[in-house]
Amino acid sequence: MNRDVVVALVLLVFCGVFFWESTNIRLTDYASMDSTVWPRLVLGALTLASMVYLWEALTGRVAKTAEESVEPEVDTGRGGVLGWLDRYRNALICYALFFAFLLTLDFLGMLIGGILFVFLALSLLGRPTLSLVPLHAAVAVGSVGAMWAIFTFGLRVFLPEGEILSIQ
Amino acid sequence: MVFEPLWGAFGEVFSAYNLILMFVGVTAGLIAGSIPGFTITMAVVLTLPFTFGLTAVEGLATMIGVFVGGLSGGLMSGMLTGIPGTPSSVATVFDGFPLVRKGKPGLALGLGVWSSFFGGIISAIILVLLAPQLARIGLEFGPWDFFALVIFALTITASLSGENLTKGIIAGLLGLMIGTMGEDDVNGVARFNFGTEVLQDKLEFLPVLVGLFAFSQLLSDVRDRGRARQPLMERTAKAVRVEHLAAIRTIMRHWVNLVRSACIGVFTGILPAAGGSISNILAYDQARKASKRPQDFGSGSPEGIIAPEASNNATAGGALITMMALGIPGDIVTAVMLGALLIHNVQPSPTFISDNPQLAYAIFVAFFLAHFIMIVMQAFCLRAFLWIVRMPMYFLAAVILMYCAIGVFALGNVTFNIWVLFAFGIVGYIMKSLGFPLAPIILGVVLGNIAELNLSRAVGISDDLTLFVTRPWALFFFIVALFSAVFPWYQQRRESKQWTLAYVPLACLALSVPLIMMGGWVRPLIAALLLAWGLHKLYRHHRAGWALPKARSEADEAA
Repeated sequence: MNRDVVVALVLLVFCGVFFWESTNIRLTDYASMDSTVWPRLVLGALTLASMVYLWEALTGRVAKTAEESVEPEVDTGRGGVLGWLDRYRNALICYALFFAFLLTLDFLGMLIGGILFVFLALSLLGRPTLSLVPLHAAVAVGSVGAMWAIFTFGLRVFLPEGEILSIQ
Repeated sequence: MVFEPLWGAFGEVFSAYNLILMFVGVTAGLIAGSIPGFTITMAVVLTLPFTFGLTAVEGLATMIGVFVGGLSGGLMSGMLTGIPGTPSSVATVFDGFPLVRKGKPGLALGLGVWSSFFGGIISAIILVLLAPQLARIGLEFGPWDFFALVIFALTITASLSGENLTKGIIAGLLGLMIGTMGEDDVNGVARFNFGTEVLQDKLEFLPVLVGLFAFSQLLSDVRDRGRARQPLMERTAKAVRVEHLAAIRTIMRHWVNLVRSACIGVFTGILPAAGGSISNILAYDQARKASKRPQDFGSGSPEGIIAPEASNNATAGGALITMMALGIPGDIVTAVMLGALLIHNVQPSPTFISDNPQLAYAIFVAFFLAHFIMIVMQAFCLRAFLWIVRMPMYFLAAVILMYCAIGVFALGNVTFNIWVLFAFGIVGYIMKSLGFPLAPIILGVVLGNIAELNLSRAVGISDDLTLFVTRPWALFFFIVALFSAVFPWYQQRRESKQWTLAYVPLACLALSVPLIMMGGWVRPLIAALLLAWGLHKLYRHHRAGWALPKARSEADEAA
């Protein structure tokens, strides 16, 4: 079973789940067209397209797109889960840091949380050497501080200040 | 009167604050466009949050500045280093880089900059002349026709945005599905919220867009650890003095090439999904075919620089025509602009120009002005470009990720939008890694709502579903959608399958039917011409025994 087969099956499961969920959409008596019609039309078309994709995947007719061909394959020299983790290391780091930033947003606020996010992202994506760490810190403080100032004072957007800064 | 909104528009666009914004926008666009991997779309997407606090004119003028700057910025890196900054500058490198290596960097840059300028100005003139006319045609559209237009836009986007049509269609349909989540605009009923409170409201377009496009793009750029840590460009480029007068003189000698390329750009821009990345190659190809010295192409021919640069800037005018006249975004950039209009409670539709004349004229004026600012700023940006490309990609990625979070929060002052950004960032990255094109998803999200509203209106007016194929414009768009869906197969098999010989003539014959149905005398006349041409081509293929061009040329050689 190749990757495209798995993706096609996931898409079909997605269609099934959404079809089932579409039965929970409330029907109104004032509508000229029920709220279920359009999503079900789209889901029908998506199911059909996914089945075509599954057939293409099973018969080996899925053409590799230009994006896939251009996308550089990162050779980690390792296989299995470790190799996969290594290949997507940078993306996983960014997602994990962003997730942590979101979880702590109410506590740290946009300014402190943002600076921490940028600093940690720079240090983990780049090399955390003694010469680069101060540069990363300066970039984090400068860039997030500038953006925070533009939005807060220039555009009058009240960014989350967090529990730390709100304790006076 | 026309002059009143025009003067009003001039007043707004030429206000000191707006001029500053446009200078900043063009500069940002020029720099963003010159950075390989940092697309124009990304630059325009990231500009959107800044426009929340601005008026509609200021916001759109800034975005137009970024758009025009981005289209012109790609030539700097392409010419000086051989690496195009954006896909719309790929063909510029074919002759721009060799001319620089011949020791004429000032002339090469001058040709690029001034061709961009003249191409943009030609497209601006066409925009001013054509958009109101097209909007007048748009007034003929009923909900059936708009629904068919949306289906056509999605089909052509799916077929042009990747080699795999099935993946493109799936991507477009997933976009439509995302658009159905949350409160439905027709009846106010929550859909696909899975019993949760957070999904009761409709998902905001911007967090979805930024997540799908910008987030996934940035993470793809830093996926390779080694490359993420290297400077954006290894090769060193030096600042040069642009030879303005010599460049203008050369361009004027090739004015036919300039006008033709600009027209190609405008036409490509009008088509949904076909942007600068296609028009620059098309214009280059046509310039080579029409040139008296085709052998010079690829070795530093000025004609080879004029054509792609004039066409890629002209594409912007074409894309704006579709957006302003029909309210349909042709690509992600105009989808973002449409989003900006919606934020300011302006609903793009065929009545947009007549309902909001001052805003419409302001867009025209800003589009003209952006090209003049681009000329002024190009020389300054050359130095900034040389400085920025020494920076590694991971610096940009980390800072921009945080900027995305602040930007989507500012949309409605709700943290939920950042969660949406995060979720769609993951979806976008996975889809991109699996080879699904992102443009159809994004257009699906934007167009899904328009399609559903018009379908609902159509069903509300009449339960006769045959109107979808008996109304001329609806039939016209469905026919074009059908032929555009088959287009990828046609393109792949053009040299090898006999049925491809009938593709274009059959398209002409089919399109002549709705054109005849439209009445009047101009459209039936066009239909008659299409009919005659289609029948003539079919007759010629029949006489040639349906021989493929390759087989025919071999037979001719043998004879």
